[in-house]
Amino acid sequence: MKLTINGDVKEIKDGIVLSELLIIEDVEQPDMVSVQLNDEFLTKDIYETTTLKDGDEINFLYFMGGGA
Amino acid sequence: MRDFSDEELERYSRHIILQDVGIEGQEKIANSKVLVIGAGGLGSPVALYLAAAGVGEIGIVDGDVVDLSNLQRQVIHTTADVSVPKVLSAKAKMEAINPNVKVTVYQKFLDASNILDIVKGYDFVIDGTDNFSSKFLINDACVLANVPYSHGGILRFGGQTMTIKPNESACYACVFDSPPPANAIPTCSSAGILGAVAGMLGTIQAAEALKYIVGVGEPLYNRLLTFDAKSMNFRNVSFKKNPKCRVCGGEGIKEIRDYEAVVCEAKL
Repeated sequence: MKLTINGDVKEIKDGIVLSELLIIEDVEQPDMVSVQLNDEFLTKDIYETTTLKDGDEINFLYFMGGGA
Repeated sequence: MRDFSDEELERYSRHIILQDVGIEGQEKIANSKVLVIGAGGLGSPVALYLAAAGVGEIGIVDGDVVDLSNLQRQVIHTTADVSVPKVLSAKAKMEAINPNVKVTVYQKFLDASNILDIVKGYDFVIDGTDNFSSKFLINDACVLANVPYSHGGILRFGGQTMTIKPNESACYACVFDSPPPANAIPTCSSAGILGAVAGMLGTIQAAEALKYIVGVGEPLYNRLLTFDAKSMNFRNVSFKKNPKCRVCGGEGIKEIRDYEAVVCEAKL
């Protein structure tokens, strides 16, 4: 299936859940990212039960705490 | 109506000839009050550009003193300022650039006991802080006080920013909910930051403040601008205000409380 991940269209194997995508996409620290699926932000407790489907748009928004 | 002196008309001439600014826009800038929280990597360029632009009153908040390791990016401070309180060092440079600007210093760190009273007196707030407890506290205070603000965050070669109009556009907590667990946060000093990246993000924040004041263009409402200076790719990610947001949705927050302070070197 085709997923749009951070703006890039990628071919990803069918039927995976979001927590698997985090691993495939090398998101090393899931605690440091906010995940948006088709305009909605997901709470971490549903990462393992959210099955992705063809055409989904996913954004990983990383926490950035610096400024000084 | 404000009468600019000949000196001011010449000083601001490149603003005034901009069709979208003009005399009216420059008057709005001169009559505005902006609070810059943090006189560091982000706060330095913001404070310099807002002073140069002629923002009437600028408040600057920081409880720290200048350290030698700050000078790689905190361009408002100089080698001679090491050990000087950052707010005093910053104020001197801002007044040197533009004596027409009134600078108010708050030589302290903000917490739940003082932030609301300070934020309330300003038209726009800049988050130039370096930790999540402060970033979420600023978001809470600006939502409660209904003061628009610019969120900014930087890390290594990257930056992110969004502009928040409380109760109208998505707030920081709509996107990031609450501070990440302390053991997940890259250490501030060990993560590092390319100095120029702080300048890139800070000047975007300054431009957002001036756009808001003048009322021109489209602020970064309901979108997060992120960039990676290594690839020089810039991206906007759009979203909506979250009706279930912990801070600005439904019930929302009713009072300010401190977030658990995460020490920079928490992760070993």
